[in-house]
Amino acid sequence: MITIECEKVSKSFGPRGSPHRTVALDNASIDIERGELLCFIGPSGCGKSTLLNIIAGLAEPTSGEVLIDGTPVNGPLPRKIAFVFQESALFPWRTVIDNVKLGLAFQQVPKGERDDRASEALQAVGLADFANHYPRQLSGGMKQRVQLARALCLGTDILLMDEPFAALDEQTRMVMGEDLSVLLARTGKTIVFVTHSLVEAVFLADRVAVFTARPGRIKTVLSVDEEHPRKQSFMKSAKLAEMRNELYDLLHDEVRKTMELRGEAGESGARAQSRGLRR
Amino acid sequence: MIALGQRLVQVCVLVAILALWQFATTNGRINPLLLPSLPVVTTEFLGMLRTGAFWPDLRVTLYELVVAFALASTGGCLVGFLVARSGFTIRVFDPIIAGLYSVPTILMFPLYVLIFGIESGSKIALGATVAFFPVALSTISGLAYVDPILVAAARSMGASTTQMFWNVMLPAAFPAIIAGLRLGLVIAFLSILGTETLASIAGLGHEIVSFGESMETAKMFACIGFAILLALALNSTASFVEAKVRRGLE
Repeated sequence: MITIECEKVSKSFGPRGSPHRTVALDNASIDIERGELLCFIGPSGCGKSTLLNIIAGLAEPTSGEVLIDGTPVNGPLPRKIAFVFQESALFPWRTVIDNVKLGLAFQQVPKGERDDRASEALQAVGLADFANHYPRQLSGGMKQRVQLARALCLGTDILLMDEPFAALDEQTRMVMGEDLSVLLARTGKTIVFVTHSLVEAVFLADRVAVFTARPGRIKTVLSVDEEHPRKQSFMKSAKLAEMRNELYDLLHDEVRKTMELRGEAGESGARAQSRGLRR
Repeated sequence: MIALGQRLVQVCVLVAILALWQFATTNGRINPLLLPSLPVVTTEFLGMLRTGAFWPDLRVTLYELVVAFALASTGGCLVGFLVARSGFTIRVFDPIIAGLYSVPTILMFPLYVLIFGIESGSKIALGATVAFFPVALSTISGLAYVDPILVAAARSMGASTTQMFWNVMLPAAFPAIIAGLRLGLVIAFLSILGTETLASIAGLGHEIVSFGESMETAKMFACIGFAILLALALNSTASFVEAKVRRGLE
């Protein structure tokens, strides 16, 4: 059963008709099954985070639409979708447990239930002992786990994660990936996950949507046929290596294109500047 | 231990200044009319304290300060909040308020005396005017530069406009707002004392000037002593309230 439908979603930034207007996302269409874990992967600036924000109702598409369970999205859906951000999106003046509880308070969950659900979620991410710490007292990995707990305790069917491990070192993200696989196998949520890491994408996802360079389109969707929770053995398997290589080939040209686009822009900018100097 | 060392040095500096004062005023090194000696000033100060002669003027100054600061903080926070509601109003009004802030408001004082009278009214009006700007500007910048990620996070969790204001905007903007309020309090105090010395019939500033004009410098210094004590009291009250509110928000 399909829960998220993206229908020809496009997004442009900058004033209409201006030469500075950029198309970040160009007619991206994809259907996401209930309970699957889908990864968005692609070069920087390909619009994968933009599409995630549009699904979350945090950004508006220029054209096209997103349907959640058949209803068009036009704003956040806190009862259906929880979001984990790339950077630390914790409120620095609140303790860990109060951060986790805040979303429940927004949704007017009764106080006793709030406490129970928040403690449970912290337990699930292994941070029960840090309930009364402040975010600044935690490491990067712990902060992201608090964000995950905050998203989990909302009890939504859909979880969107925007490069949640991007700021972490490779070893920490490896462990976080394993934990996430275990956690998600239990909850049965629908998850859309943006990443730059090829290995992470293959290790976690049921399907991987590969984006092209700007303007971002969905180039192909690869399926990773492997049971959750995924074990260390899968990380070391030939199957993962093979899929990683396939992704590498698919992405390589796109990443080059992105860099060339930027290089060109830089050159013409420099030329314009030197022209200005000569005058 | 380090804190104790710091205190010790601070006390030594204070003692050194007082000793220098005493040294300069003994054996006629400095005309006692310009700088009376420490014991003479202390006697005057204690005398005023005993008779309560300082109280009517101190009360006038305090009253002016309290009213001026109440007006400035209410008005400044309110205007700041209204301006910070959209990017458009910020782009339009923030430069206007910042521009007006750079106008030397003291030049308005003669006009204020004409409008509000030579009594407390003109001092309150000027104090409130000068203190309004830092409060309004810091409220705008505090509310306008709340981390967009925090706003998005609260939105995704279903925060209503009211919940967003109390749980995200206000605590995030709080350090900036409190800094603006403190600055407003200090410059309101300074401008009230200053304008009392220009044209007034009462107040600490008025007393200081009239003692100065009648060459009663010992009494003048005693009044300056009261002004300094008042400034210290204001500062520690502000710190105390700030710490209290900060803890309340956490």
